[in-house]
Amino acid sequence: MSANAFWQIAIELLLAGAISVPFGRYLAHVFQEQKTLFDPVLNPVDRLIYRLIGRDAVKEGMDWKGYAVHMLLTNLLMGLLIYVILSFQAHLPWNPLKFPDVQPFLAFNTAASFVTNTNWQNYGGESTLSLFSQMAAITFPMFISAATGLVMAIAFFRALTPNRDKGPILGNFYHDFVRVLTRVFLLPCLFITPILVWQGSPETLTGMVTSHLIQGGVQHIPLGPVADLEVIKHLGTNGGGFFNANSAHPFENPTPLSNVIETLLMMVGPMALVVAFGRIVGNPKLARVIYTVMASMLVVAVFTAVIAEQRGTPLLAHAGLMQHASAGQMGGNMVGKEVRFGITQSALFDTVSTASATGAVNSMLDSYTPAGGMVSLVQMMLNCVFGGQGVGMLNFLMYGIFAVFIAGLMVGRTPEFLGKKIEKREIVLASLALLVHPLIILVPTAWSLMAPYGVSSLGNAGSHGLSEVLYAFTSAAANNGSAFAGLNGDTPWYNVALAVVILVGRYASIIFMLALGGSLAAKPRVLETVGTLKTDTALFGGFWFATIIVVGALTFFPGLVLGPIAEFYAHHASIGAIR
Amino acid sequence: MSAAAAGAPGHIEGGRKRTRELAGQAIIDSFKKFSPRVQVRNPVMFIVWLSMFVTLALTFDPDLFGKTQVTAAYNGFVTAILFFTVWFANFAEAFAEGRGKAQADALRQTKTDATARRIADDGTLQVVAAGMLRKGDRVRVERGEIIPTDGEILEGIASVDESAITGESAPVLKEPGTDMMSTVTGGTRILSDWLVFKVSADPGHTFLDRMIQLVEGARRQKTPNEIALTVLLAVLSLIFVIVVATLKPLASFLHIHIDVATLIALLVALMPTTIGALLSAIGIAGIDRATRFNVLAMSGRAVEAAGDVQTLILDKTGTITMGNRQATEFVPLPGYSEDDVAAAAMAASWYDSTPEGRSIVALAVARGAKRDPIWEQAQGVEFTAETRMSGTNLPDGREARKGAVAAVARYVQEGFKTTAPRELKEAADRVAKKGATPLALAMDGALIGVIGLSDVLKPGMRERFAHMRSLGIKTIMVTGDNPITARVIAEQAGVDDFVAEAKPEDKIRVIRLEQGQGRLVAMTGDGTNDAPALAQADVGLAMHSGTVAAKEAANMIDLDSDPTKLIDVVAIGKQLLITRGALTTFSIANDVAKYFAMLPAMFMLALPGVSALNIMHLATPESAVLSALIFNAAIIPILIPLALRGVRFQPTTANHMLARNVLFYGFGGLIVPFIGIKAIDLVLSPFLR
Repeated sequence: MSANAFWQIAIELLLAGAISVPFGRYLAHVFQEQKTLFDPVLNPVDRLIYRLIGRDAVKEGMDWKGYAVHMLLTNLLMGLLIYVILSFQAHLPWNPLKFPDVQPFLAFNTAASFVTNTNWQNYGGESTLSLFSQMAAITFPMFISAATGLVMAIAFFRALTPNRDKGPILGNFYHDFVRVLTRVFLLPCLFITPILVWQGSPETLTGMVTSHLIQGGVQHIPLGPVADLEVIKHLGTNGGGFFNANSAHPFENPTPLSNVIETLLMMVGPMALVVAFGRIVGNPKLARVIYTVMASMLVVAVFTAVIAEQRGTPLLAHAGLMQHASAGQMGGNMVGKEVRFGITQSALFDTVSTASATGAVNSMLDSYTPAGGMVSLVQMMLNCVFGGQGVGMLNFLMYGIFAVFIAGLMVGRTPEFLGKKIEKREIVLASLALLVHPLIILVPTAWSLMAPYGVSSLGNAGSHGLSEVLYAFTSAAANNGSAFAGLNGDTPWYNVALAVVILVGRYASIIFMLALGGSLAAKPRVLETVGTLKTDTALFGGFWFATIIVVGALTFFPGLVLGPIAEFYAHHASIGAIR
Repeated sequence: MSAAAAGAPGHIEGGRKRTRELAGQAIIDSFKKFSPRVQVRNPVMFIVWLSMFVTLALTFDPDLFGKTQVTAAYNGFVTAILFFTVWFANFAEAFAEGRGKAQADALRQTKTDATARRIADDGTLQVVAAGMLRKGDRVRVERGEIIPTDGEILEGIASVDESAITGESAPVLKEPGTDMMSTVTGGTRILSDWLVFKVSADPGHTFLDRMIQLVEGARRQKTPNEIALTVLLAVLSLIFVIVVATLKPLASFLHIHIDVATLIALLVALMPTTIGALLSAIGIAGIDRATRFNVLAMSGRAVEAAGDVQTLILDKTGTITMGNRQATEFVPLPGYSEDDVAAAAMAASWYDSTPEGRSIVALAVARGAKRDPIWEQAQGVEFTAETRMSGTNLPDGREARKGAVAAVARYVQEGFKTTAPRELKEAADRVAKKGATPLALAMDGALIGVIGLSDVLKPGMRERFAHMRSLGIKTIMVTGDNPITARVIAEQAGVDDFVAEAKPEDKIRVIRLEQGQGRLVAMTGDGTNDAPALAQADVGLAMHSGTVAAKEAANMIDLDSDPTKLIDVVAIGKQLLITRGALTTFSIANDVAKYFAMLPAMFMLALPGVSALNIMHLATPESAVLSALIFNAAIIPILIPLALRGVRFQPTTANHMLARNVLFYGFGGLIVPFIGIKAIDLVLSPFLR
């Protein structure tokens, strides 16, 4: 790889790391009800909201069941709201381009997708949705879904706080929810949106401008409230674009600077949550171990992707095309990438995006080299390389439960994690959470590849076609929303199948994990001695990593072999054939 | 293993001959275990068992699930390997159970159908069958008879051979009234004299019955940890079922045909069959190790809990020290000579039949004290835990007393308005600082002097406590001694903490205190007043010589009545858990190599590029699949000895232990199958051409 590329990556990752530490401390302050700088402004706002939703509602302490039920009800309401708005958008205001109502299958898919932080899009925003739908059914749920993920993780962390005296009580969902919205998501949006506007992102209620071109003819350029959506899209690890081209579109991501800002916004939330975890459970060293493992996986992923894309395609190289970067050209595999970002900023953006379960793209993954595309696929299969708001950390901790269980036995104790015994109930719940992911990826993928209505949507045959379907269901299951493209998802089968996978992938795993948290919260704390398994060591970090790879990744190894790995070797093998 | 433990229950002698016999029996039993009712209890092996029938059907008709090119011979070979996989698992369990069964048979032989002499309400003796005896009946046994059932001694004194239960051949003296040695156990033999005892267990619930059930594993239930691990292994297996089942349509999309037998081979190789096959044997062997150590665990759970213990509460006397305190010095108080002390001490100890009392008399005689005939009409005052004194009421009305310094000082203060002189405390402290126990001596309210009782530390205790500390286990010594003596002994032995001048109820207080801090506590006990504490502790180890109440409250019983064994029990518990974890790690780590063996084999004909993943350069697809499957089966019998013996356990910190086990079983689990599969492939491939 070029030195230039290396420094771009290094600086951006280090910058994200540097921001994540104070941001993580801030998160911990917010959730531990400690003072923050913004309290004088935000406390009255919170109080107003509490008054609107009822002061008693935010006071009641909830155990995991209560917390889960209120989360589900809130999300259900949000999902219905999205569905209704989309289904009746023709009758609702701010529809300058007179778009018709969204069809039921697509509306269901979109509602499921946006209420779960997935943001898989089977539609093109600028040609399907009114401005009101974009604001009320897309941008608004982006806040709600990100806040939902984050408070679930926080509720889980509370089960592990030292010196608990609350028994099974994990907190109050509404109280946490409001604080997250005002303090973690709305506030940065207010500050960062103007920066994107300055860079050229539109923020307007004008639906379209029509320009008369010099060479004659007219061009219709759709506009709308884009800049604010961009901030929460990345900060909330949502990923759904205003335009079909997502962050490759010049209004969503106008300049290299906006690209860097969006890349950082995707990373800082999930990174900061690890820091917050350390402070909330009172073990910053453990947080450093987790952070290191996650960061190592991310660094390997980013470099693999960038190097794979810079190397370009062996077939073209064999045909005599010069693909090296030089003064006059970027070299490598530029298919589907924006010239204003180049290979490094494209591969970095897309890799970070799948790592953080954002799913936004500034370049088309379908056109990546097999290795470059596989990086994104593997990250979604693991679903814990920092991961989406809250849920990435929950997934990482799920693997931690298994690692603790096995390593704990190996030190001659019945296993414990942060002073809580890991027993049958915890293993059952963690196992169910683990089981969900391969189940809802592999079964629908196999089904789609067997059924004619599944195969007919494919853009390619062979291994690449297999990768397209596998990618779609992996993205849905991981609530990532990243699209490989090449697959036409707007069919009844894919709309419904993906929506069901999205819903199960979201709620089954977080509820299993919250139940696990509830179970841990109710347990007495066992004192730590030198005979206790230390989880905050490099050794255990390595074991944790190995557990993720062996338990998480090996499940998908056969699928990967038939998809991207077969394609990778096919590229090389076909050169042999040409020779 | 200690010498006593070598003669385990039922006197099972080790040796190759015995092992061969056990293996023979296990082979027979392992075939019986092919029954679906047995298999369904182990989800991992149950899937292998089911798969075996599918491949068996394919052996008779290879085209059962559609036209294929595979031969019946290939399917037959896969079936055979699956059969051996299940059979090896059955054998491991049967072999582990075998030892217990043999012990149980030996114990059953000691169960007599003999008759017993029941004492009727009118005092006459009725001869009834032993099985007719019920709780509360009174029974008389005489020299040479086998004691028909468990009981508490009411009258008589006799020596009893308990070797049938404990393996200890030296006879034990039994008499009523003491906490120790006043119970009898059914199946033991009375060697001299006679005893009358009250039956304490109904038929089927005697100690011998429970022992038979335990060693036989008849009531062996899976422990909570074992269940959790079984769940984890079942879910992993289920995930691999999903992976393998969906692989066929994925491959079909690419026009790759995979045979059902090969898919099944992949499934069985990927599932954690190694640990699945050995899990049950590991658990049985763990309890068996405790039993061979002459510790009878009431459940597997108790053995696991022992591995978790963070605090050991140990009695000083008999556990940390030899327990035979001997008088070693007389310290006179001002105004008295050493001879006065010797005479008073002898008077106060005349009726004291404890070893300590005898040693005081012996020391007094050595110092020239003479027996006084009037003591014959005197009256002995027994030691109680409340007064913490004993002594003699002389016929002339004088009271000779000896006991704990504080207790005697209070007694003279309250009874005779005598204030203890400052010198008493000084003398006591001087004695205590040497690690001896001071006893204050009073004659008719006058404090005469201090008797120093010395106890000898058991050898090797310091090292054992150091081991415990490296495992993160805190040791607390409980003693009736004064704080100064206690501190000296605690320092000499190297325990972490001590409770001095402890009353029986202090034990339970200490346990609750430790548990309140989130620690898991183990303790030993033998007396009836230990029973609540034994029940409160997470691990309670009762001495076989102790009372029925103590034994019922505990979750383990030491047949050798050696309280030091608590430390060994902790090691046995840890070893059990480590073996389980290590083999799980090994089993799961094996999957990496199996993937690299089998996936290229399955796809390399259709996707030639994938053969780059065949890093082991296995000869042919068939040979690759079969080699991985054979390795998967063969590793089970190879690991049976390890599963039964347990992995090596050295007391060290958790981090060291993890590093060592990850290195051995994690990295080992990654590398060994690469070597093993390649080796099998080299042998196998010439035959497949």
